[in-house]
Amino acid sequence: MKRVSIKEEACIGCGLCQVHCIIEHSKSKDPIKAYLKEQPRPVSRVRVETNKPYSISIRCQQCKDTPCVTACLTGTMTLDKETGLVVHDAEKCIGCWTCIMVCPYSAIKPDISSKIVAKCDLCPNLEVPACVANCPNEALVCEEVKQ
Amino acid sequence: MSKYVIIGGSAGGIGAVEAIREVDPIGTLTVISEETVPQYSRPMISEYVSREATLETMKYRGDQFWNKNNVQPLTGRAAVNIDFTKKQVELEGGTKIDFEKLLIATGGKPFVPRMKGGEKNGVFTFTELSSAKGLESKLEHSKSAVVIGGGLIGVSTSEVLVKRGITVTLVELKQHILNLILDEKASEIAEKVLTEAGVTVITGQTVQRILGRKDNEGSVGGVVMTDGKEIPCDLVVVAIGVIPRTELVKETDMKLNRGIVVDRFMRTNIPDVYACGDVAEAHDFLLNGNRLLPLWPLAHLGGQVAGYNMAGKKVEYAGGTVMSSLKYFDLPIIAVGNTNPEDSGDYELLVERQPEKTVYKKILLKDNRIVAFIFLGDIEKAGILFHLLKNHVDVSEIKDRLLSEDFGIVTLPEQLRQNLFVVN
Repeated sequence: MKRVSIKEEACIGCGLCQVHCIIEHSKSKDPIKAYLKEQPRPVSRVRVETNKPYSISIRCQQCKDTPCVTACLTGTMTLDKETGLVVHDAEKCIGCWTCIMVCPYSAIKPDISSKIVAKCDLCPNLEVPACVANCPNEALVCEEVKQ
Repeated sequence: MSKYVIIGGSAGGIGAVEAIREVDPIGTLTVISEETVPQYSRPMISEYVSREATLETMKYRGDQFWNKNNVQPLTGRAAVNIDFTKKQVELEGGTKIDFEKLLIATGGKPFVPRMKGGEKNGVFTFTELSSAKGLESKLEHSKSAVVIGGGLIGVSTSEVLVKRGITVTLVELKQHILNLILDEKASEIAEKVLTEAGVTVITGQTVQRILGRKDNEGSVGGVVMTDGKEIPCDLVVVAIGVIPRTELVKETDMKLNRGIVVDRFMRTNIPDVYACGDVAEAHDFLLNGNRLLPLWPLAHLGGQVAGYNMAGKKVEYAGGTVMSSLKYFDLPIIAVGNTNPEDSGDYELLVERQPEKTVYKKILLKDNRIVAFIFLGDIEKAGILFHLLKNHVDVSEIKDRLLSEDFGIVTLPEQLRQNLFVVN
């Protein structure tokens, strides 16, 4: 199972992971268009948190006990037994925010304008997730972990 | 003979099926469900009536759910009796099914108080698909509705009706809507949002009786309030609450309080018989005792735990508490615990208000532990708070940061972060 982890000592809190997450999840995949023209603008599925001098980049940790899958009211959030990943089906989501209530990392984002939630999908169209590939200090690592 | 029998095919039954199959792929498994549409998301009946969901998109799991899990579904069938000595469930029509392990996940039914005129055509409840369908079929020819009950279901119903162009009056007996979930301040904000959306909110009163139409006494024409005032309407929705469906076990040795009492493994007092969901009184981690908590996520979780234990894998139920997330009228709210205690002097209070952004946050602490919170308008970090609350974490070191904009996992002391937020 793939998972993105963070080397805290290497994170400088630059926020580029958020920027590249937004671009990768935009329709145009173009930074200018994604930021200025796309309505609604995609939300970042990662969050940079700062508590000086520390900073970290938070995203879905693919918990084994999947509180969000259990709590989901609609069957939108599911566990893919083959990949071990928690998958969110945007088409089915009604934006009830129940998963946000139970996610210990607060890693699921309310996308208020689209009235659904957004979470890290590990960039299925890329070999390496956009946040990892574009982290200037190599603080983010995409690793294979045991299921 | 079926090794496992589950009565009820909603959240609890689904959770149990998934858990049983994780442990035991072959044991015979039967699910008895009164509903003809199996395994749909009950909370989505709102989306169905507002035409944002179809019967297809409402399915909680895929079409092949029963098949894939090797389940014999008995849909549209009602269980009428359980013989615990013979370990047999009797269905309507007399068929008997032997079981080794039984799960009672019969859920709840809407509470409808006796009310003059309550039998009239145009009175509905709003917790299951069949009644919601009845309501839906009336909407095209209706103009106005009175919703009785200002709780979650009442507010949800009001939103749906507004979306369908119906003029809504919401009636709440207590002084504030959503009073089991929110404090006065949050409730006032919610009430304002409802009013702006066109809902007339009446509090401190209820419906005394339902009137017939002048041209058709058998159909709803209006209501009379406690103060005697008449409100004309075409529809009445009763959304006061749900009560456990314990009728199957009423005259038996099963230990009942308001619901079926279960232990941390979802076992009832009768060997090999389990219960979960709205029919059960299960563990509350704040109360450290049992209580009714008719919430979909807890029914699903309880079903999973019951399923594991039925199949022989010992798993303890972590429990739930009063925990709600609301999206109605585009006002996001997450509220957990008793947010409005009577003895509020015993608690330490943290409050943040940003009226210009419709943000209101409140945290209640007792002995430096979070025991309740409301996040209204800005809900992103609610999950971290919930995790701290659930684990009874001493937050004295970070108390002054809990409501700050930059609060997050990074704010937590190193030790706490390592203990609590390890990825399993």
